[in-house]
Amino acid sequence: MAGLELRGIRKDYGSTAVLKGIDLSIADGEFVVFVGPSGCGKSTLLRVIAGLETVTAGDISIDGAEVTRTAASDRGLAMVFQSYALYPHMTVHQNMSFALENMGIAKAEIAARVDRAARMLRLTDYLQRRPAALSGGQRQRVAIGRAIVRDPKIFLFDEPLSNLDAELRVATRKELAALHAEIGGTMIYVTHDQVEAMTLADRIVVLNGGRIEQIGTPLELYNRPANLFVAGFIGSPRMNLLPTELVRGEAAGPAATLGIRPEHVEPCQEADADLTVRIDLVEQLGGETFLYATGPNDIPLTIRCDGQSRLVRGDLLPVRLRRDHLHRFDAAGLACRSEPLPARSPS
Amino acid sequence: MTGKLRRLLLARRGGASWHWTDVASYAYLALGVLLMFGPVLWLALSSFKTPAALLEFPPSLLPMAQSEVSVPGYPQPLPLFQVTMEDGSVRELAQVRRVGIVAQMVDPAAPGQTIRVPADRRTPVRHMALAVENYTDPLTQFDFLRFLRNSLVVTVVATIITLIINSMAAYALSVYEFRGKSVAMLGVIGTLMIPITIILAPVYLVVTKLGFVDSLWAVILPGAATPTGVFLLRQYMLTIPRDLIEAARMDKASEWRIYARIVMPLSMPALAVLAIFSVMWRWNEFLWPLAVLTKTEVHTLPIALNAFQGELQTQWHYLLAMTVVTLLPVALVFAFLQRFITSGIANTGMK
Repeated sequence: MAGLELRGIRKDYGSTAVLKGIDLSIADGEFVVFVGPSGCGKSTLLRVIAGLETVTAGDISIDGAEVTRTAASDRGLAMVFQSYALYPHMTVHQNMSFALENMGIAKAEIAARVDRAARMLRLTDYLQRRPAALSGGQRQRVAIGRAIVRDPKIFLFDEPLSNLDAELRVATRKELAALHAEIGGTMIYVTHDQVEAMTLADRIVVLNGGRIEQIGTPLELYNRPANLFVAGFIGSPRMNLLPTELVRGEAAGPAATLGIRPEHVEPCQEADADLTVRIDLVEQLGGETFLYATGPNDIPLTIRCDGQSRLVRGDLLPVRLRRDHLHRFDAAGLACRSEPLPARSPS
Repeated sequence: MTGKLRRLLLARRGGASWHWTDVASYAYLALGVLLMFGPVLWLALSSFKTPAALLEFPPSLLPMAQSEVSVPGYPQPLPLFQVTMEDGSVRELAQVRRVGIVAQMVDPAAPGQTIRVPADRRTPVRHMALAVENYTDPLTQFDFLRFLRNSLVVTVVATIITLIINSMAAYALSVYEFRGKSVAMLGVIGTLMIPITIILAPVYLVVTKLGFVDSLWAVILPGAATPTGVFLLRQYMLTIPRDLIEAARMDKASEWRIYARIVMPLSMPALAVLAIFSVMWRWNEFLWPLAVLTKTEVHTLPIALNAFQGELQTQWHYLLAMTVVTLLPVALVFAFLQRFITSGIANTGMK
């Protein structure tokens, strides 16, 4: 198990810069998730760490040892691919033991390790099957098993759950979290799904356009997004963004945009209201309700209410924004950190 | 088994009765069978004909020979004819000799009396006769086994070398990114445009310089790297997902191991196709071996068969029989490997 250090990583494909200077350090045993929209460079970054792509500039070191020019096979990392990439002509057992054979480990030791991983992943009954005879979830577990038997310095996961159906994805997510708790390895996990990121990560790295937007624990990102991109990307449904002049008492000050999460918008008496919105859509989920509404100047606003709501499309609803949960962003889209949170209460 | 065969032979496009398209399909298929198997069948049947039967006109499909009978008083067996007598009766007579339009015949049952018959009143009595000596004679007199061994050595060794060299070239051209890769590929494909007749002389000079003339290596080595093979394998290897190769790299496999343990097994269908091609090419190769193999003891079968074709006369009966023998191994190889052509490796580990 090991830590990882990235310094000024750049990657260009011809004239296209995919990674524009990534500095990151990952501690031993940490579960770090790279998240971002498609094309943000998160998979490229993972492949750079794996050694499957060379860097244009920058250094990579694992456990203090410089590996920037080291071949993928010599870095001692294990990777779980999005397509699983199981060897179709080998049985599950052979798939899992292939790397160990390459490492020149004794037969008895290989058998013991494969056996242990198979028991951990409930694959013992399938060891003699070929990948084609397995279900999607089982293939996924074989791919993880192939990584576990290696006892690698770092586990790399490239969107491993994206080919599973929703139910299996939730189950496998829990298994992954349990696995990390059990074997405690350093894990780097790439996903575009922010729920996976929030639930699995010790720390999340939000990437956009080849740059790191913010690094932090899931709740730090949720509670204190560093900029508009992170504010919009983390959280579902998205944070509401409003121009400051629409909100009473906010027009003065450096902030240009206000952000407020759907659960912090409250229906209230007309006298206390910051805005009056018209309901466009009501999503009743039973335990909670999402109201999609339009405010003044056609600003869309999402409101989350506990329990069930009697409101219907077309209703007018006065709402209040909870001042202690208001996020303020300046004209450049950066969070205004000089203002202490919680902010002023309404007059 | 018979049920399967019945279904295969009586398959229709669906529905209970025969549609005209069924009839048309079967007619078309029958024509194809006739066109493709007709010559082979003709060859096989003709290989059992005696030299006389081969030259007969009109030719017969089946190997027939005229019946002969030993008649006391005549040293040689006499050919047997059916003769329509002047009174209209039909008798079976042996012919002693023929003079102009009159044949002197004799009744085998009563050899004492000669009967004169007009030549156009008799028809030969024929029976089916397999001239097995077409096969047995060359096997004893003609050193068939040596030529067979030479051909086998050339075919097997050359095919193995071809598969190894071509697959390695294809691996490099499909898996690696390097400067000049497409130029190299174009170069390989470009050599397809150069027929062997053009490079015959230069390659001959090279082979002579290397001292390979009159050794089987002279046939094996120059054709081992085939552009067709490289191209075929490269195209197939391009379809192997990159993830598998990268997964193997992450699994600490060396490039040789990736080639041997991952890419080669997954390329089996393409390798089988190339193996079939290579066997057919090498087994039937004629011009190049004819140029470099001058001593009889290193001749391959096609060259050896050429010996039956003299300047003045051709021993068609031996030539045909040995051609049939030559065809058999390729047909067998094809029968065993053809399932690889039709079925790829069905299972994949990808999503």
